[in-house]
Amino acid sequence: MKTWLYIAAVLAGTAAEARTLTIAAGADAQERLQTALIEAQPGDVVQLGAGRFELAGGLSLDVAGVTVAGAGPAATVLDFTGQKGEGEGLLITANDVLIRDLGMENPKGNGLKSKGSDGISFVNLRVEWTGGPKPTNGAYGVYPVSSKHVLIDRVVVRGASDAGIYVGQSDQIVVRNSRAEGNVAGIEIENSYNADVHDNVATNNAGGILVFDLPDLPQQGGHSVRLFRNRVIANNHVNFAAPGNIVAGVPSGTGIMVMANRNVHIIGNDIRDNAGNAVMLVAYTQAFTDSNYNPLPRGIAVRNNSYAGNGGKPGFPGGAEIAAAVGGTLPPVMWDGITGYTVPGGAAVTAEGGIMVGDAPLLNLNLKTHGTPASAARPSVGAATAMAAMPEPAAVVLPPAQEARARARAAGSLAAR
Amino acid sequence: MRRALTVAAAMMSLGAASLPTVDGARLLEETPAPRLSDYRLFADGRGRVPAAGLVRYTLNTPLFSDYAEKRRYVWLPPGTHATYTAAGVIDFPIGTTIVKSFGFPADFRAPASDLRLLETRLLVRRASGWVPLSYVWNADGSDATLKRTGARIPVAFIDAAGKRREIDYAVPNINQCKQCHQQSGAVTPIGPTAANLNGGLDGHGGSQLVAWAKAGRLDRAPADAPRLARWDDPAAPLADRARAYLDVNCGHCHSPAGFASNSGLYLQHDEPSPAHQGILKRPVAAGRASGSAEFSIKPGDPDGSILINRMASAEPGVMMPQFGRTIVHDEGVALLRAYVAGLK
Repeated sequence: MKTWLYIAAVLAGTAAEARTLTIAAGADAQERLQTALIEAQPGDVVQLGAGRFELAGGLSLDVAGVTVAGAGPAATVLDFTGQKGEGEGLLITANDVLIRDLGMENPKGNGLKSKGSDGISFVNLRVEWTGGPKPTNGAYGVYPVSSKHVLIDRVVVRGASDAGIYVGQSDQIVVRNSRAEGNVAGIEIENSYNADVHDNVATNNAGGILVFDLPDLPQQGGHSVRLFRNRVIANNHVNFAAPGNIVAGVPSGTGIMVMANRNVHIIGNDIRDNAGNAVMLVAYTQAFTDSNYNPLPRGIAVRNNSYAGNGGKPGFPGGAEIAAAVGGTLPPVMWDGITGYTVPGGAAVTAEGGIMVGDAPLLNLNLKTHGTPASAARPSVGAATAMAAMPEPAAVVLPPAQEARARARAAGSLAAR
Repeated sequence: MRRALTVAAAMMSLGAASLPTVDGARLLEETPAPRLSDYRLFADGRGRVPAAGLVRYTLNTPLFSDYAEKRRYVWLPPGTHATYTAAGVIDFPIGTTIVKSFGFPADFRAPASDLRLLETRLLVRRASGWVPLSYVWNADGSDATLKRTGARIPVAFIDAAGKRREIDYAVPNINQCKQCHQQSGAVTPIGPTAANLNGGLDGHGGSQLVAWAKAGRLDRAPADAPRLARWDDPAAPLADRARAYLDVNCGHCHSPAGFASNSGLYLQHDEPSPAHQGILKRPVAAGRASGSAEFSIKPGDPDGSILINRMASAEPGVMMPQFGRTIVHDEGVALLRAYVAGLK
């Protein structure tokens, strides 16, 4: 009883102390908004009015527990068309931050980035490069990195020259009810652990949803990712990434692509009208020197997806020839068939988990060993296999307080579906 | 009451016409002073003449900040001294205040004359850790005001080649101070490492470490202290100069404990791994900034190296560092181009 009274008192105290700092659009928006972001105390809400905030530089927030809210993703616009400095529109470096109900246009670099945040929520947002897909657009729309307990819910990103929604080197991730459209990559989960990506729409990107793992990084060995109930539709946009960019290697027409990673389950998605592979499972495509890195996709399950209209015009080198060899259209799932690699300066390693495809014929390129050139492919098509027992990664459960705060209310939602 | 006593004491000392002394107690107060003059760091109140005990120092290789002239000072509470550490920033006692003023002369062909101060940054070591504070000078240079939200200041000057330049100088906001100055989440100074102080004041004479030790400001100055190369010393090996430049201009973020840890690109002058140095390292999250280049550093090919391209850009979203400069450091780019061109 005493404990409950104490908790109630703390809650009441928090509620009483939390302030709302209201910022209207207009002159000196940059200074007024940045001042509020600096002066906010934990628990405060920085409430942005409707209208266009013309910003000449990136904003940043380093106070834990703050909510930044607008009047809706169409009504409140953070306009970075005239951005003169900084690498992102809004940078968050604190824990337990919620950004909601606003739009951001034309950031020169990334849109919203969090670095090292535990408990970061992006809810009901729009990040858009309004000139359409262009290589000069910024890289990522929403970009949590080295973060934990990441929620991306009802976010729309259009025009990113890399990935619309990009989660890097993070843990405990939920990306849901969001829409990525006209980006190079729609949604990308990279070097991350425990991600649920569900009920999203990825359309008209060069690649719809990517799950990658790359070498030479502080967090690698990406694992335990579930992609389910997503609609991955017509991701046939020309790949407009800068040539040196890692996503420049994603062939236009790709629905879902897994590169390296362990324990990835692709379940019950609607994957249609992608000109190349509906699902592509490949090893890391480059040479590497990192002896701690595993380049193989392993422990991958593909089941209960629906496929239609995919594979008719593959864009990757050799794709047309492979399609012709197997009857004109690529089967929905393609795997490079690489099951082994040699640790730099070390021993040969074989994949510790298999590739299970239960819902479609599997096109296997049978490349066997990492480093074998694609020209050595010996494509074969096998029937869908009975699923061996392959336990699905556990559902990602974010802290209830984080979920409750994100649900509280929404203004002018541009919900994905 | 204590404040009143302090003020009375200060007035008495002024009355005695002695040199004003730094208000160490004020520096340690939780609420920062609204005006720089409140700390009495400068005898003239105009940021030109340091108060007694405020010691000027220079670094072998400094951070590039749009060619700004910088004046660096450190103040240690009377009776205290710093403790030598070979790696990283030397260990300063609580109360230490590091002072850095940024200004532009009207004409860089005569850099000592007509210097306009724009801002003075402080790092104060309190019991709770280092606190960054930024003060912006008013138009007549009579005092500087606390500015936590950053500012843009138009500046015009004649550069060293006689060309007129106009820049939109950026004063960082407090989050940006912390972004560069944090290692593993804690704010720390960047410049005054043993290695970067191990050289003469203004590049002349004996090591500042030795001078500090002699004056009792540093516990010791070992003969084998590491020494960071001067980036502009033509007598030093090219690789040492280039890696010193990268360390100071990039390494505060690009370290395993810094803001850019997630890049895997670590630019400390002594980073052993070629891949982490950027050599034949593919980008991770460079986005469009990679341009047509595939590697951070492609040996022998500056044009094919992302690192060079980002240094040579002043466009947000491409340029590195992401802030702290608004124009390209042509001489720094030339140094790194020569270094990359010579790599095999």
